[in-house]
Amino acid sequence: MEDSEHKIVSFKTYGLVLIALIIFTLFSVYVTRLDLGNFSIAAALTIAGLKSILVFSIFMHLFYDKKMYALMVLGVLVVMTIVLIITFLDYGY
Amino acid sequence: MDNSNLPSYLEYKGKYKGIFAWIFSTDHKRIGLLYLYSIMAMFLVAALLGLLMKTELIAPGKTIMEAKAYNAVFTLHGITMIFLVVVPGIPAILGNFFLPIMIGAKDVFYPRLNLLSWWLYIIGAIVAISSQFMGTGSPDTGWTFYAPYSFKTQSNILPALIGAFILGFSSILTGLNFIVTMHRMRAPGMKWLKMPLFPWTLYGTAWIQLLATPVVGITLLMVVAEKVLNIGFFDPTLGGDPILYQHLFWIYSHPAVYIMILPAMGVISEVIPTFAKKEIFGYNAIVLSTMLIAFVGYFVWGHHMFTAGMSETSLFAFSFLTFIVAIPSAIKIFNWLATLYKGSIMLRTPMYWAVSFLFVFMIGGLTGMVLGALATNVHLHDTAFVVAHFHFIVFGGLGFAFFAGIHYWFPKIFGRMYDEAWANTGWIIFFMGFLTLYFPMFLLGIQGMPRRYYDYVPEFHSTNIISSFGAFIMIAGLIVIIINLFRSAKKGEKAPKSPWGGKTLEWTIPSPPPLENFEEIPEIK
Ligand code: HEM
Ligand SMILES: [Cu+2]
Repeated sequence: MEDSEHKIVSFKTYGLVLIALIIFTLFSVYVTRLDLGNFSIAAALTIAGLKSILVFSIFMHLFYDKKMYALMVLGVLVVMTIVLIITFLDYGY
Repeated sequence: MDNSNLPSYLEYKGKYKGIFAWIFSTDHKRIGLLYLYSIMAMFLVAALLGLLMKTELIAPGKTIMEAKAYNAVFTLHGITMIFLVVVPGIPAILGNFFLPIMIGAKDVFYPRLNLLSWWLYIIGAIVAISSQFMGTGSPDTGWTFYAPYSFKTQSNILPALIGAFILGFSSILTGLNFIVTMHRMRAPGMKWLKMPLFPWTLYGTAWIQLLATPVVGITLLMVVAEKVLNIGFFDPTLGGDPILYQHLFWIYSHPAVYIMILPAMGVISEVIPTFAKKEIFGYNAIVLSTMLIAFVGYFVWGHHMFTAGMSETSLFAFSFLTFIVAIPSAIKIFNWLATLYKGSIMLRTPMYWAVSFLFVFMIGGLTGMVLGALATNVHLHDTAFVVAHFHFIVFGGLGFAFFAGIHYWFPKIFGRMYDEAWANTGWIIFFMGFLTLYFPMFLLGIQGMPRRYYDYVPEFHSTNIISSFGAFIMIAGLIVIIINLFRSAKKGEKAPKSPWGGKTLEWTIPSPPPLENFEEIPEIK
């Protein structure tokens, strides 16, 4: 079994990510006030998506780890996206 | 590499004694056997319930039970068979036992998590089955728990939902364990494309377990929340959408049918080359089609809802995707047939099961195409035809593959040979009974007999008699098979290392294997 090196991420980086997450959260509350029609769900999901990218890549170290793991997570997201798209085919716009 | 002097996994002494040496064991082989016995017990109970239903249907009107009892029986039969037998089935029993050995490892990556999965299985089973004995009567929703009925019914549905939720975790953890095991513990030199096919199908399965199971977990919790807290997810009177329930349920449950069938395909891909004495034909194609099935299988769930009310675009998309997903299964069929072609075929019990698998699996798959076509589906949805389809493919596919596998690996697991004459007798009785039981149900469905009713109009009587008669034959075969295996595990002849001349790693170690399988991790060239 190989020992993967652990990169130490600085405290400052974590702090910045935390601030970014808080800003995104405030922003997602803000967009609910706008009338975006059909796109309000898309907007909420996009913001949530950006937040999870931050969490995955920095907090969960995907950015620093082997590319294999990033690829596996990406695969999962692709499956989920297709499932969502197919589900929304059922809505007549 | 001779480790035949070590005590086998059945004999070695660990920290605990007696039954505790089993239920607290973290050895993947002992856990595999724990699953074998618990799943077998569940299977026998559910099979008995099936026999009760068939007895009820032997004549129109009330035969042995009232409508209410019949509803409870098919619900418990379905829940037990799906969540407690066929979903864990092959991965938990044969996968646990053979995955580490076949990739040249001493155990799975997380042995304790593996034991926890079994405990969760037992807890989930107890919770689910407790719904029969407490509260307001046995659940009567069917295994699908369709909303809005599932929170309107007076019956005791909550324990069943929570039990299924717990069982989901057992499944997720097994999947996770297998993925990590295959990424981290393959023997040196075993490249991905040198891994045997049974582990490959477990790999595809594990990804489905990991990704799809949480969806049903959340969905069942949503029903619980709706029932207990009156939150309107699915109930139109609370502002919910009942069709949403069906979407969420089938987003899991269609991929779940591939959790059932992929490992079965893996077993067949091991048995056929061994008994044809040939390399498998088109290894790469089988690997690719396994991963394709796992991937495309996520996108076809809507074919269970064609008559539930969907937009035309959705109907078209789901029907199209359903036809696409049949292609990789067909690829495998051709590979197996090509492997048999000009092989020197050894007709032993596992091979009988494997070739009859091809037969019933094809009927199951092709009738799936009939159901996947929009026009025919309208007529056949919720009829006995659907029941025949999925019994051919689940019982015929997974059940036959399981029996192929358990006979194939029996000498390795127990270190003894089963009695061949009895095993073959059991197979032929079972096979005949199976066809007599389920084939008439296609006809009944085409004639319009709905599923999930305890009664039917007199026109269906004669066909139903044949079908019920088949159920008794099949159970007789099952009894022969199981008694033979039990007896042979105790009294059978001692088995050699490799009775069939198999090419995979499990045949290089003693039967039964020692605690850590290999004294030295093998190098693959
Ligand atoms: C060629 C591949 C397959 C196709 C095209 C197919 C198609 C379908 C369709 C369209 C239905 C819904 C019928 C209806 O309710 O109107 C169905 C039901 C079902 N199929 Fe399949 N299927 C295939 C393979 C499988 C496999 C491999 C399994 C399991 C191992 C499976 C298990 C089931 C089950 C359990 C149901 C019934 C669920 C219920 O309503 O209780 N199918 N199939
Ligand atoms: Cu399906």
